[in-house]
Amino acid sequence: MSWKLFELLVQASLYTVLISFISITIGLAIGMVVSAAALSPSRALSVPGRTFVSFFRGVPLLVQLLLIYNLLPALGLNVPSVVAAITGLSLCTAAYQAENLRGGFQSVPRGLLEAADMAGLSAFQQFRRIRAPIALRLAFPSLVNEAIMILKASSLVSVVGIVELTRMAQDLAASTYRPIELFSAAGLLYLIINWLIASGGSLFERSFRWGRP
Amino acid sequence: MTTPAISVKGLIKRFGEAEVLHGIDLDIPQGQVTCLIGPSGSGKSTLLRCMAFLEEATDGLIFINGEPLGFAPGPQGKPVRLPAARIRAVRSQIGMVFQQFNLWPHMTALGNVSEALKTVHGVRKNEAEERAMIQLKKVGLAERAGHYPSQLSGGQQQRVAIARALALEPKIMLFDEPTSSLDPELTGEVLNVMRSLAADGMTMVVVSHEIGFAAAVCQQIAFLDHGKLLMTGTPQQIFGKPRHPRLDQFLDTYLDRGAAMLV
Repeated sequence: MSWKLFELLVQASLYTVLISFISITIGLAIGMVVSAAALSPSRALSVPGRTFVSFFRGVPLLVQLLLIYNLLPALGLNVPSVVAAITGLSLCTAAYQAENLRGGFQSVPRGLLEAADMAGLSAFQQFRRIRAPIALRLAFPSLVNEAIMILKASSLVSVVGIVELTRMAQDLAASTYRPIELFSAAGLLYLIINWLIASGGSLFERSFRWGRP
Repeated sequence: MTTPAISVKGLIKRFGEAEVLHGIDLDIPQGQVTCLIGPSGSGKSTLLRCMAFLEEATDGLIFINGEPLGFAPGPQGKPVRLPAARIRAVRSQIGMVFQQFNLWPHMTALGNVSEALKTVHGVRKNEAEERAMIQLKKVGLAERAGHYPSQLSGGQQQRVAIARALALEPKIMLFDEPTSSLDPELTGEVLNVMRSLAADGMTMVVVSHEIGFAAAVCQQIAFLDHGKLLMTGTPQQIFGKPRHPRLDQFLDTYLDRGAAMLV
């Protein structure tokens, strides 16, 4: 396989990384809100929160992507397909991250919040300073896991016309008739990226090893 | 007659069907140490937690320096719940120390002690940390300021927890079995900090199984059994003879733990 082909694959993999990174970040923010809503004592918040999770976790990502890709123009929103792709990935990962964070939130020992009560922290201050940081630390390994899942699942966005790593390998394989080399190279690139994510995750986890409850 | 630091009036607490406190009336005098003693399940921790409004009383009222905490007397004699901001304001007069320390694990000792100063009281980081260091020095842990709770022994963690409460300059300190999860060697360092706090004239309420500490440091002792306040008085009145038969029975369980040298 020529360097030229490999270079094209590397470029496409950067696109994969970019789309995944943006989706994971947006998904984490949405997931935070959704898990807080799902855990709320108010039904007006917990029901939508739980419904969000069951929908985006229960419908295949491929179907979600095709639905969003066709739904946005039908609603009069003519956005580039990359926006549809990121929207789909973000909402899907938000549901999973919300579940991971919910586990984290529920594992925050009650006594820590009683101490915060006695220190005069309001409910919002407790969320910002105590509950969210601890829940994030507790959920961190599963969040890394989810990041890896999304990076791999991002290959599905090719159905809405995005040429990311998998799609590029497919296109090049079709024009060069060298599918085995191209898909091996694509697989290797996924492996390297995910290895980097996992290593970065462990490094980061070690940085707060003392801070776990 | 000065206002009591804490006044408990007709306190009833039920958990579902089970009534754990059957109408407690108790005044905590200013500047004194009051110990709540009694067998397990007597309701002493629940009573203390009600004083901090960590447990909501089923009925009855709590006054902190004359101000109602949590519930105020209502028009028809039925207590009405106060708004959250009002609860925080009255509660700010109380510091609490827990059996399980409850330090925030993601913050250093210094972070734990300075947190509320920064977040709640808007004190600048530098000043908050200076004030936190003063408290950590007071409990003898200045050189451990940068350590996380998991890097500290149980006794050190509990002293950080005491410093955290003191940093907010409370008028009253509540201790919920502060040494019960410590081994005997570490118990002493925590009791010493509490002794010096008592010597400084802090109003304290202590739930403890340390009968020796109760006898030596407290001015008032309240003995609870099955959710009732059986007796209150000075250590001499409580531990001196003749004793209440139930108290005698309770104290007998301590004899084998070397607490025989009572007043």
